[in-house]
Amino acid sequence: METKLSRDYAGAKIGMWLFLLSEVSFFFGPLALYTIFRYRHPAEFRSASTELNLTLGTLNTVILLTSSLFAALSVSAIKKGREKASALLIALTAVLGAVFLFIKYIEWSAEIGRGFYPGSGALFERGKGEVLYFGLYYFLTGMHGAHVFIGVVLLSITAVLISRRTVNTNDYIKLENSALYWHLVDIIWIYLFPLFYLIS
Amino acid sequence: MAQEGALVKYRTHILVWIALVALLLLTVGIARMGIGRFNIAAPLAIASVKTFLVLAFFMHLKYEGRFLKYLLFIILVILAVESWFIYFDVGYRG
Repeated sequence: METKLSRDYAGAKIGMWLFLLSEVSFFFGPLALYTIFRYRHPAEFRSASTELNLTLGTLNTVILLTSSLFAALSVSAIKKGREKASALLIALTAVLGAVFLFIKYIEWSAEIGRGFYPGSGALFERGKGEVLYFGLYYFLTGMHGAHVFIGVVLLSITAVLISRRTVNTNDYIKLENSALYWHLVDIIWIYLFPLFYLIS
Repeated sequence: MAQEGALVKYRTHILVWIALVALLLLTVGIARMGIGRFNIAAPLAIASVKTFLVLAFFMHLKYEGRFLKYLLFIILVILAVESWFIYFDVGYRG
């Protein structure tokens, strides 16, 4: 008996969107907590925020926005039948994602090196508000970083699939859904950046 | 059989990216100037404009049917109601 592989483009895309919306709900909780603690400790949130590196944060935002551009261009390219360009663009997206993580690693190392980490004695001396700020900072940027890492793996796999023509100009939902995931990771950062870096 | 979905021009994506970077520079600029009580509202408003651009163009929502748009809208309403309950509760606990 011949089996036919059924493809459901609309269904696959709706499934991805539902997943993305569940991701939004996941980040909603800690963000709500952030607003409450910031309302209660405005001065300490402000002083804690000055300890972050605004230059690196801004640079990382530009990197993530640019990676999102490449992902969007990759989807347009495959629809136009330019598979090689599409594979290259999605690979570049993954590379920029890795650069983002590397810069985040430099930032975290510097902050931890100065004694700003959950449970550190130096942080306790600076007051409860700063402990809460850094707790939320590490949790949210950490969870976001984990999403970036998963995205880099996903985009790299997609690049390989395009180069093998498993994903091609006639069947590109895997690329489209990976790109959707990446854009969501970008959107989450669009909010995290002003909330943590731009208080003071 | 080609798949569905709108084809967005390269040019459109590049223009959106320019707008996103410009809005980022604007938000950093505003924060550095420190214009009092707009310090909280302005960056979040700008972030929401950026999110709208990413959703509409990079994520093709502008070109999708009504179903996904309603889906997103319903989730946003639910989250708004949830926020209201949370703040209401926290407000009464003092």
